Amino acid sequence: MEKILRGKAWRFGDGISTDHITPGRYYHLRGNLQALAEHTLEDADPDFARHAQPGDIVVAGKNFGQGSSREHAALVLKERGIRAILAKSFARIFFRNAVNVGLAPVLCDTDGFEKGDELEVDLEKGVVRNLTKGLERSCDPLPPLMGAILADGGLTAHIMKHGGFKWENTP
Amino acid sequence: MGYTLAEKIIAQRIGREVRAGDFVVAPVDLLLAHEGTGPLALDQFEALGRDGLGTTTLFFCDHAAPSPRKELSNVQKRLRTFALEMGAHFHPPGAGICHQIVAEQWAKPGQIVIGADSHTCTAGALAAFATGMGSTDVGVAMTLGQTWLKIPETCRIEVQGQLPPLVEAKDIILYLIGLLGADGGIYKALEFGGPVIEEMSMEGRLTLCNMAVEAGAKTGLCAADEVTRRFLEEQGRGEDYMPLAPDPDASYERVVELDVSQLSPQVALPHLVDNVQPIEEVAGTSISQVFIGTCTNGRLSDLRVAASILRGHRVHPDLRLLVGPASRQTYLAALREGLLEVFVEAGAVILPPGCGACVGVHQGVLADGERCLSTQNRNFHGRMGNPQGEIFLASPATAAATAVKGQLADPREFLEA
Repeated sequence: MEKILRGKAWRFGDGISTDHITPGRYYHLRGNLQALAEHTLEDADPDFARHAQPGDIVVAGKNFGQGSSREHAALVLKERGIRAILAKSFARIFFRNAVNVGLAPVLCDTDGFEKGDELEVDLEKGVVRNLTKGLERSCDPLPPLMGAILADGGLTAHIMKHGGFKWENTP
Repeated sequence: MGYTLAEKIIAQRIGREVRAGDFVVAPVDLLLAHEGTGPLALDQFEALGRDGLGTTTLFFCDHAAPSPRKELSNVQKRLRTFALEMGAHFHPPGAGICHQIVAEQWAKPGQIVIGADSHTCTAGALAAFATGMGSTDVGVAMTLGQTWLKIPETCRIEVQGQLPPLVEAKDIILYLIGLLGADGGIYKALEFGGPVIEEMSMEGRLTLCNMAVEAGAKTGLCAADEVTRRFLEEQGRGEDYMPLAPDPDASYERVVELDVSQLSPQVALPHLVDNVQPIEEVAGTSISQVFIGTCTNGRLSDLRVAASILRGHRVHPDLRLLVGPASRQTYLAALREGLLEVFVEAGAVILPPGCGACVGVHQGVLADGERCLSTQNRNFHGRMGNPQGEIFLASPATAAATAVKGQLADPREFLEA
């Protein structure tokens, strides 16, 4: 995975649930990720579903991805080419799912970020820059194991590479 | 310094001491997936190319049961075929909701249980460390028989006092989520204890633990005690019992003390589970559909309390009532007790055991502008199949009273009747 990501922000508020990201009424499309991804976040911002571009970055408030364990919530964002999600906090299952599918969840203060802002995320240094607003924020690093999984491109790739869970100072 | 329930269970399973904050690789004793999450887990299992299952694996067809669409029928067929070939346990449509069947037939104290469904935490009521994960985590555990865990900090919920009549476990957990917030428990375990929990039935404990995730928590846990022993014996698996309790000097991130003696029936308003008000504040709100069921409140005691209110009444003409027993066992018991007769006579529709209405897959999809009062655990925007609908959450007693009145109603009005 690249260390520096650049893209345009899509702005969401607090408490975006997995029902917002990939609604249950499209349950039958879960076997067809491309079709499912056409509806990504449509109940939160119909513009996103229509116009999000590969490389864009999702910016949210607290508890992003709350609710269901559906991994499709992380997968449809990835399918749409979203590179990173910045939020003040993540629901834990979504956080894990994002890393497992190779999508970077970035914990940082997102106040002052708006739709359309140009962002740069330096995953290695743990810095987010809002180039439009001239803001710079530090982000909390991932725990070592999750960092290793993300760097390997996701959990299945990580297991294929190491034969099990492997991180620095594995107990 | 002693250990919390979460620390104890994981320490026993990996054979060394652990503390909150540690990262460990732990064995998985039981794992589950359903037709919504199972296929992706199978994809990972197949990608990893192993020959056999790494642990006891359960598949459920409960989210679309029976299937309303060919796409979902094909997914269910894939799970069935895989289960037959690999020796996983397959639960067909009609068997019931995964979390209820796990409680009835599978989970036991001291286990580590993971499931590709966020309400896997329900089994924490049996003192199993049970938590929801995504399909890839579950597919990897299916392969390796292991998962990684961060030992959670524990928030102890100490419940005291005496629950008033027709105020239930659901009201306690809704009140608590209102207090903690939907993100108040992220990455933590909620450990329920105190005199009210000690006297609470297993069914009530399952309701509490089921909704731990609605505060963001990793799991909800209750000690394994005499209530647990009796429940397991009634399920014909008394040998699965093992007492398990936190140490009195365990180290908690926080202790929340609740006295429930004055607690009113609680209602979560659209569209967030932590948007909670006492019934007094919201009674009179018009409602189009009431749903009594789900992994939160579709158990026998839930159906009993609902039937006790509905007996001799008719469902209000402005409203539909749906009742869904959580499992075949619940269904049969409700049938034999005459509870289903009470519901049907009142004008209810009986749904097959399953999750479809709650998740918006099928059965009970709301019309534009309609409001539903449900005993389920989530009221997110769009959840019941229509983003133009609104969902309120409450107990089975409040749901039954609302079904009779046609508007949000206080079940205590039915106490003299």
